[in-house]
Amino acid sequence: MSQHQINLTINGRPHCSTVEGRLTLSDFLRGDAGYTGVHVGCEHGVCGACTVIVDGNAVRSCLMLAVQADGSKITTVEGLAADDGTLHPVQQAMKDECALQCGFCTPGIVMTLTALTNCANKPSGDTLVQAMSGHICRCTGYQGIKRAAMKLGGDAA
Amino acid sequence: MSATETPAAPGVYIGQRVPRKEDARLLTGKGVYVDDVSVAGMLHVAFHRSPIARGNIKSIDLSVAKQLPGVHAVLIAADLARYKVDMLSFFLAAPVVPVPVLAIDCVRYVGDPIAIIIAEDRYIAEDAAGLITVVYDEEDPVVTMDEAKTGALVHPQTDSNIAAATGTEDPDEELEALLNNAPHLETVEFKHQRIAQSPMETRGVVSAPQGAEELTIYLSCQGPQLNARWFAQAFGMPQTSIRVISKDVGGSFGLKGQPWREEVATVLASMLLKRPLKWIEDRLENLTSACQAREQEIKLRAAFDKEGNLIASHAEYSINNGAYPQGADSNIAVMMFIWGAHKLPKFDFYSRGWFTNTVGLSAYRGPWAIESLTREVLLDRAARKLGIDAVELRKRTLLRREDQPCTTNMGLELEDISPAECLDVLLTKVDVTAFRIEQAEARKQGRYLGLGIATYIEPTAGSTGIAVLISESAHIRIEPTGKISAVVSTHSQGHGTQTTMAQVVAETLGVKFDDVSIHEDDSSRGGYGSGAYGSRQAVAGGGACIGAAKLLVDKIKKAAAHLLNTTPENISMREGIITVSGDKPQSVTLRDLADIAYGEPERLPEGMEAGLEVQFRYRPPPITMTSAAHACIVEVDADTGFVKIKRWVSSEDCGVMINPSVVEGQIAGGLAQGIGSVLMEQVSFDARGNPTAVTYKDYMLPTIFDVPTFEYNHDASMPSKADGGFRGVGEGGCIVGPPTLVNAIADALAPFGEIKLEFPMTPTRLLAHIEGRPEIAEHAKPVVAPVPEPTVATTPTVAPVQNVFSPSAPQEQIAAPAAVQIDGNWKFVLSTPLGPQAFTGRMSTDGNNLTGVFIMNMDEAHFTGTFKGNHLVWDLKVTKPMKITLKYEAHIDGDKLLGKCKMGIFGTAKLVGERIP
Ligand code: FES
Ligand code: FES
Repeated sequence: MSQHQINLTINGRPHCSTVEGRLTLSDFLRGDAGYTGVHVGCEHGVCGACTVIVDGNAVRSCLMLAVQADGSKITTVEGLAADDGTLHPVQQAMKDECALQCGFCTPGIVMTLTALTNCANKPSGDTLVQAMSGHICRCTGYQGIKRAAMKLGGDAA
Repeated sequence: MSATETPAAPGVYIGQRVPRKEDARLLTGKGVYVDDVSVAGMLHVAFHRSPIARGNIKSIDLSVAKQLPGVHAVLIAADLARYKVDMLSFFLAAPVVPVPVLAIDCVRYVGDPIAIIIAEDRYIAEDAAGLITVVYDEEDPVVTMDEAKTGALVHPQTDSNIAAATGTEDPDEELEALLNNAPHLETVEFKHQRIAQSPMETRGVVSAPQGAEELTIYLSCQGPQLNARWFAQAFGMPQTSIRVISKDVGGSFGLKGQPWREEVATVLASMLLKRPLKWIEDRLENLTSACQAREQEIKLRAAFDKEGNLIASHAEYSINNGAYPQGADSNIAVMMFIWGAHKLPKFDFYSRGWFTNTVGLSAYRGPWAIESLTREVLLDRAARKLGIDAVELRKRTLLRREDQPCTTNMGLELEDISPAECLDVLLTKVDVTAFRIEQAEARKQGRYLGLGIATYIEPTAGSTGIAVLISESAHIRIEPTGKISAVVSTHSQGHGTQTTMAQVVAETLGVKFDDVSIHEDDSSRGGYGSGAYGSRQAVAGGGACIGAAKLLVDKIKKAAAHLLNTTPENISMREGIITVSGDKPQSVTLRDLADIAYGEPERLPEGMEAGLEVQFRYRPPPITMTSAAHACIVEVDADTGFVKIKRWVSSEDCGVMINPSVVEGQIAGGLAQGIGSVLMEQVSFDARGNPTAVTYKDYMLPTIFDVPTFEYNHDASMPSKADGGFRGVGEGGCIVGPPTLVNAIADALAPFGEIKLEFPMTPTRLLAHIEGRPEIAEHAKPVVAPVPEPTVATTPTVAPVQNVFSPSAPQEQIAAPAAVQIDGNWKFVLSTPLGPQAFTGRMSTDGNNLTGVFIMNMDEAHFTGTFKGNHLVWDLKVTKPMKITLKYEAHIDGDKLLGKCKMGIFGTAKLVGERIP
């Protein structure tokens, strides 16, 4: 197998690794880099659990190879809360609205909402709910996720 | 928080929307799911699986795979044979046919694991899996239940493809007469598609052997205690050597109740190689090789009088068990609950589970849910034909609180079910009259709105019958730090029991919620309990926490009274502060008391044990029931067949709620799954048994757009008889959701006639109905010859060929006088609804009289009966799980005995016996 050296920044820390060409970004982040908050639910781009932020965009890390992330800046769910433990507003909204049960889909949902709410043009609650159609949650029936998305968009749930 | 909810008084936690303790770690990526566990020296596992549904293995070539760099071992069944493993059901019963860990000699479904590959990483293990060559002698598979009825035997050692059966196929003539002569007979008959439980986290295990006698297993499961017990019993190892750890689990819904073939193979391979091994199921494996559920067919007939009162009913039911079910099942619960809440004078049924060449059956949220779907659809159809309003028909047939206590014709003892009362509340929230006006208006504009209503009851924790579910343990410690740790045999796969159990402990004990931590992740820490199963945790776990906390309060009061020179009655504790009431109030903290209890136990009352910890095992009431009524309003687009759910209202009696947010979360999650099963989810196979929905692009799960915002009403709730008054809510949404939605769709499309009950109700199917054109068949037509409907007052029907209960010997042989040897020792297996039960016995004869004894679990049951030739009959009275007289009939052929046992409402079970020395 071909080996490649990659340099990237994960949650603000520089990482240098040698990886196989076929290693997915999700497996790299979970295994080599140790960010196990990246969850793999389907490995084929449908469930959204593996979503991370790559250079500002929400990306399904199961559909990207680690080598493609060379030189990029990545944020995983571990990189959101403040050092003192204060939750990121997206995490707080999810918590306040009871938007999770088993928590397996949660990191991906948090990352998509974070990427979108970080954009300069603030998306509406409806836009955020629309974006949630790309995430599968088997536990909650989306009730709290919908409320959290509306709240983050500045709309009443 | 809704406007009506007021903030709680200090110390009150039960009933409050307390934020979950789990969320902080789960929201920050700090949960520990099984794939997050790494053990030094760990290797990775993949499986080579059968690409065909049925065939004999002629040869296996592992040589190329073994040579791949990074591969440590490639093992097949023969390599694991040194360990004797008895695969067990969830009830810890032996299977009807032996379940191999890896395929031996033959394969029985696509995905059947043949070889386990152990490599440095999963990528290499999968590469190696692709390098294994297996040559098969392929055979035609038995894929559908129709094929199972007439096709080849899935397991050649069995006498039919019937995996399990309850009830009787002999028509009850009195019942048939009632059905056929009634003013109105309504029949509902349909097939339900197979469902994949689809937890977002797949199955997985890390097995870390530590020396010859110790094994730590990290497992994605529904309860570490039951799973540790399962491994111990299946492996014949002492349980002390097996430790199961299961911290965070990404959903389960019945799938992970017990370990199955892949987990077991991984554990065995780790023992063989003496290396920690990890297997994480990928989604392809999950959708093809993990056990599945719900593939069923049912025919329900119900007779009504002109006023809409029920006269009699009969159900005939089949469920696909696949090749290796996690417990062969004919799903007796369907029959227990199908009319469990209704006034019905007479009922009978016949249920069978069928072996097929498909992946095996396991539990899925509300495994018996088809009863509500069938009944509620039937009630709506009957209402339309009788010209009675569907709500009114339910009111006439449902039992009300004042009708109870009573016993149903299936022997269910009811005390406090309330679907009728839930319906009353529901109707205060849903204005049916206004809806009908709106519906009529909409129809004029070519818009099709529909209203569906359904009610149901759900059994939650119970303490009779099912041995693995009887009791729950809680161990509470006031730590020397003054903080509280509780080890409870509950378990969360999203249930939030670390929060709800802490609410119960904190309130009962009189301490701060924040000071309580709940531990439920490690079998070595606490006592036995089944974990999450059958919506039982609020009732059983909550009761255990209350019981333990009360014992601890007693001790705290006694100790504090002694130290403060007063009596226990004068002591109270709130938020961890112990106060003496009376003229000179004093207080100490729990921390102070803990310091003394652990550090200076001599200051405790004479004879009191040092420390502050207690253990309690709670046995909940025999059965606790939850009831609900739901309504939903849909609009079906007549141009596309697309169903839009516009409103959904629930009204349930879930007893005392520990945490309304958690309760509503369970209802919503269940409803979403119910919606999925009605509208889109389907595991499908082609004619050769190949799964055709193997990714989430083909197996459709509901998204945020498919699920409406739910409205909840808890006004009909009454405390249950269990300690704490809780009732369970885990499965209900998945049971009542489907009939509510189907009834709404049927109502919307009523102008086009009765909809066909074909699941899932995809836009294509609904459009075919709307446009009145025949649909392109998705499934091959059944190949069975039609079995004539049993009719009354005709000659006795000929027993079908597949009759599992018919003695295999020709009838004449029964009557033939021969020197039959009855006296002596026998071993028996009785196929009960809970799985086969094995026991031994002795029989002796005197004249034409027969006496005998069955011996099981150090218990003896004596019986007397008669015999004629080789034909034996006897009665056996039992008191557990209920008072019942078992009527046995058998005949002896040499050293073999074959017969049946009539078990009252549970129908008839097969008995086989063999002479032993
Ligand atoms: S794991 Fe990447 S989308 Fe499902
Ligand atoms: S919380 Fe379990 S899948 Fe979303």
